[in-house]
Amino acid sequence: MIRLFAFLLLFLSAQASAEFGAIPPKEKHWSFQTPLGTFDRAALQRGFQVYKEVCAACHGLSHIRFRELSALGFNNKEIKAIANDYQIKDGPNDEGEMFDRPGIPGDAFPDPYPNEQAARVVNGGAYPVDLSLIIKGRENGANYVYSLLTGYKDPPKDLVLFEGKSYNPYFEGGQISMIAPLNEGQVTYSDGTTATVDQMAQDVVTFLAWASEPELETRRQIGLKVILYLIVFSLLMYFVYRSVWRNVK
Amino acid sequence: MKIQLELGRLMTKRKISTKQQKRPLYDNPVSKWIDKRLPIFTFIRHSLDEYPTPKNLNWLWNGGSLAGITLLIMIISGITLAMHYNPDPADAFNSVERIMRDVNYGWLVRYIHVNGASFFFILVYLHMFRSMYYGSYKSPRELLWIVGVLILLLMMATAFMGYVLPWGQMSFWGAKVITNLFSAIPFVGDSIVHWLLGGNNVAAPTLHRFFALHYLLPFLIVAFVAIHLICLHQFGSNNPSGVEVKKAQDQIPFHPYYTVKDLYGLAIYLLVFSLFVFFAPNFFGEAVNYNPANPLVTPPHIVPEWYFLPFYAILRSIPDKLGGVLGMFGAVSVLFFLPWLDRSKIKSAAYRPMFRPLFWVFILNCIILGWVGAKPPEGWYLIVGRVSTLYYFAHFLVVLPVVGWMERPLTPPASISDHYKQKHKRQKK
Repeated sequence: MIRLFAFLLLFLSAQASAEFGAIPPKEKHWSFQTPLGTFDRAALQRGFQVYKEVCAACHGLSHIRFRELSALGFNNKEIKAIANDYQIKDGPNDEGEMFDRPGIPGDAFPDPYPNEQAARVVNGGAYPVDLSLIIKGRENGANYVYSLLTGYKDPPKDLVLFEGKSYNPYFEGGQISMIAPLNEGQVTYSDGTTATVDQMAQDVVTFLAWASEPELETRRQIGLKVILYLIVFSLLMYFVYRSVWRNVK
Repeated sequence: MKIQLELGRLMTKRKISTKQQKRPLYDNPVSKWIDKRLPIFTFIRHSLDEYPTPKNLNWLWNGGSLAGITLLIMIISGITLAMHYNPDPADAFNSVERIMRDVNYGWLVRYIHVNGASFFFILVYLHMFRSMYYGSYKSPRELLWIVGVLILLLMMATAFMGYVLPWGQMSFWGAKVITNLFSAIPFVGDSIVHWLLGGNNVAAPTLHRFFALHYLLPFLIVAFVAIHLICLHQFGSNNPSGVEVKKAQDQIPFHPYYTVKDLYGLAIYLLVFSLFVFFAPNFFGEAVNYNPANPLVTPPHIVPEWYFLPFYAILRSIPDKLGGVLGMFGAVSVLFFLPWLDRSKIKSAAYRPMFRPLFWVFILNCIILGWVGAKPPEGWYLIVGRVSTLYYFAHFLVVLPVVGWMERPLTPPASISDHYKQKHKRQKK
């Protein structure tokens, strides 16, 4: 049944994106997209590194607090260290002044720009969206973001790009304001994984999928128990129903 | 297994008869004292234990109790959500995300509420199609049907306003498109839109009042469900044979026969519901609604939730704005007149050889309308939509009266008991 849904979803989304002048995204197997699938912890940590060192320059992650990174496998000490690297605007203090202080685990990731206008001015009029819900907020989100990150190409000969735009056939209209964000070896993974563009894209998509649905693994574990319970309950009710109705002639 | 048989034996021990002796339901003096002043126990006994029900009801008759339970699930999950939701445009979207991420099991409550809405409509549409197939709206149950249509209207208003609350892109633009429809009304249209929105645009006053009304309307639905039940209990349920009750053997007490059948149905229903809540919670939703509302960016396709798609298709098929609005509301309003548009005296489609295939054509036509509603209104979609819209109204205004007049119906069984015996024999073979 779930496969059927997945198929229908893919079918519908493929149709939808075809209508808006973008090519359908590459279809990739993600560990978290099977009915009982989970996030690959190593990929989550690598993906977080990519977000922190690359994406975070322009994109916020406002719905995630540092302490939630424990789901990635970080311990409290590591989380404190991560939070400490960020400057958080706080205040006003007793003098009525706003001030910057190092982050604590209870803080959310700070936005890279003070406001939308400031972001647009720096990015040629485009607004780098918050990434907290990017996978959930796009049809076929994981495949779409992965395709977008790995889909930069030289434009076709007859296409004249607008100023400051890059060519990406997976993006609606094909012209995107974000320059190709990932380059070979851009980050140095501590676990020795080679940082190819494909690898980094996969990792960061896994991380962002977690950021979109941090409850995903719990949801499925509880769901499995609920379904098993209801199967037993249905069987019992079926027997009760049959025996109560036995005498109706 | 032994326990199960024992349980069954205990439950079937009573005689299957609606004429039960007036045995005291309670020996407890406190219960007696209460019942004399507030006959609550008598009422429960009257409406469950002694309520006689046709014995040949099929699984489609589970829909009503399931819809009632879903209404309860919606109210309980909804009140829980309201404790954490903030109806302010600056914070509404974020407060929903806080429910999803920070509130204990908030994701569960919200996904139950979100999928519950879709399941509510699935059940109610099935419930209505069942009434259409078995002619349940015919005399003496016309008011029962009309109250049902009123419930559908209330549900639509509630669902529409509820969809605006998460304040995503589709929430905002859906609200804008639908409220703007009222501007088509001559002379007072713009004033009505202004009054609905609390201003010139979908903004803070709109969100606040939609939240207030979204909280209010479900309780009105509860009241109408009570009226629906009073109407139902007046003549009892219709049944698949469409023949009214003639003798005592036609009926069995609601409890325990239909309480266990409803419980079994509920178990299966919850199983399917849980598959969606836990494993495909956003199946019915639009991804674009997980982007915060932005009044400056129109989404490429504005589509309502799936349960409004057939009506949306009718709206867009009529080339005139006012005509479209009238068509959309007419599509629901025509249902009020259904008991008098269908001229046939025979209730069940099983004995109506001309009506039966046309019923399935009508269902197919509704599905086509839903499919067209999800597509952009251009090219072939527009043509198919127009033909389907025309047929939708023709079914009620032309097909039903004419078929009722022309048709030579088959002879229905003499009684419910005969129908039950026939069915039982067929199953045994």
